[in-house]
Amino acid sequence: MSVIAEAPDTAAGAGRDSGPRPSRWRTGYRTAIRGLGVLRRRAGVVGAWFWLMLIALLAVLAPILPLADPAVPVGTPNLAPGARWPEFMGTDQLGRSVLSRLIDGARPSLMVALISVGLALVVGGMLGLVAGYRRRHAERVITVFIDATLAFPPLMLLMALAAVLTPSLWTLGIALAIVFAPSFARLARAATLRLASQEFVLAARSAGASRLRVMIRELLPSVVVPLLSYAFVVMAMAVVAEGSLSFLGLGIPPPAPSWGGMVASGRDNLREAPLLVFIPAAVLLLTVLSLNAVGHHLQQRTGNARGANL
Amino acid sequence: MKTMVLGRLAHVVVVLLLVSVASMLLLELVPGDPAYAILGNSATPDAVAALHHRMGLDRPAWQRYLEWFGGVLHGDFGNSLRTGQPVLEAIGQKLPVTVELAVFALLIALVLSLPAGVYTGWRVGRPVDRLTSGLTSVIIASPVFLTALFLDYFLAVKTGAFPATGWRALDGGLAENLRYAFLPALTLAVTEIAVFTRLLRSDMITVLGEEYIANASAKGLPTRHLLLRHALKPASFSLFTLSGLSFGRLLGGAVIVELIFGVPGIGQLMIQSIQSKDYIMIQGLVLLIAFIYVVINAVIDIVYVYLDPRVRTEGVAI
Repeated sequence: MSVIAEAPDTAAGAGRDSGPRPSRWRTGYRTAIRGLGVLRRRAGVVGAWFWLMLIALLAVLAPILPLADPAVPVGTPNLAPGARWPEFMGTDQLGRSVLSRLIDGARPSLMVALISVGLALVVGGMLGLVAGYRRRHAERVITVFIDATLAFPPLMLLMALAAVLTPSLWTLGIALAIVFAPSFARLARAATLRLASQEFVLAARSAGASRLRVMIRELLPSVVVPLLSYAFVVMAMAVVAEGSLSFLGLGIPPPAPSWGGMVASGRDNLREAPLLVFIPAAVLLLTVLSLNAVGHHLQQRTGNARGANL
Repeated sequence: MKTMVLGRLAHVVVVLLLVSVASMLLLELVPGDPAYAILGNSATPDAVAALHHRMGLDRPAWQRYLEWFGGVLHGDFGNSLRTGQPVLEAIGQKLPVTVELAVFALLIALVLSLPAGVYTGWRVGRPVDRLTSGLTSVIIASPVFLTALFLDYFLAVKTGAFPATGWRALDGGLAENLRYAFLPALTLAVTEIAVFTRLLRSDMITVLGEEYIANASAKGLPTRHLLLRHALKPASFSLFTLSGLSFGRLLGGAVIVELIFGVPGIGQLMIQSIQSKDYIMIQGLVLLIAFIYVVINAVIDIVYVYLDPRVRTEGVAI
């Protein structure tokens, strides 16, 4: 019995002690690779922050930068990139500077994203908090409204609202906030459900705190964390949505530039001047990628990678 | 169990009612008049008034809604204001195109993502896995109109292998039909491929870490057998749930893809109806899309309860 029991032990021990050790070079190489991997993963997030800062800074500083007017032709149409300074990205089919239009086009994308996500975060978060903590009637009413909003085809909502209200930063922002609020409400409700039965909440209740106080002082600070990290991912969706609406001609009306609008107008001569589509497309894609990368990184940091999949 | 199913049903009905009321209210707000869309902008006020009376537009919205709702209860969804065609018939004409695209897209997605997901879940951290994960995050970030233009440029404009836009009905031959359907279907599939691959990869990683896999491996089973017979089956469960969801979403009409590639499906019908304020048609479409969405969600909730008894006792269906 004891022999059998010992046998695997000694075998394993022997393997560990006298087996061929991995050479120092090899372990060093492995550590270096692992280090590079970590650095590269961080580099992705750092690069994403850098790109977002750059875009935001350029969008804010656009009026004082020495750039051509984005709405006025500055040279011959369809000028290839690299032919002129400072319009090094060439000109579009009307001879307007692509660089100026890109920088000016960042404004609607970023503003609509900020407005819609900000509104959706506040309204949806509040509704979710109430639904998760008060349960019963409030919960039933709120979940029915959440489901109805989610079941409504979003593009139909956006198109109808675009027809009613003249598209502007605020109307687009509010329309998208209606689309996004239910996801925040669901997330907030799930987080509240998880927290509501924990000791610190019960302790606050038994210490005589009112329900409102519990919600604001005890639950809100913990519920807000997953919401904020999710907000970056939703901002990526908002940039996509604004781009799609502009592409369909339902965004901020021309001649004000927008990335989606630039793609749409470049599409007409895709064969001759593909860069007029691919340059704004690349900028839009990089921005969405960066927002996603930052959002996922924050979700991992706050330990909420799963909650965001709701 | 029974009460839960009944509760879900009641919830579904209330949600659908809310959606249809909301679409009515929304269309009340939209400026423009379907009568002008039919008669043209130079119509005389008398002709417009006569048409309004004939279409019932001179009555308040709630009366029209109730009338429409009564019809729906009898299975009559009304006639399109634009063409006079019954709504169900119009949807029935467009739906096959959308269904074909959805099926085609889903097939492409599953055929490509199954091997990709199994391989990357098995060989985590290898160059192929890293490349795939980078590629999928780019694809997921890409708005559908960019994916469409990208594929359009490289597969249609550059090589001329596929037509850039347009649609051929199945009557004109299967080969021709598939040639026209390929690009829109691929565009729809691309995003799904990325999502499916990621999901299958993470499920494969979980399953491959289980003890019975180590046991089977110690028994000397060949890797191929291990991956495909022992690991793929349990790992693909959530993939098939997700593909069901995707199918439902694709049935609702991929508006942007249908618009870019000129596909005469549900999405195009919706755009035309919104532009001409054809509220009867829109009501029908919105109800159809919301119905698909709500039913799929309810079915998934109920299926989960059957499969995972823990949900039953906790009673929390998020």
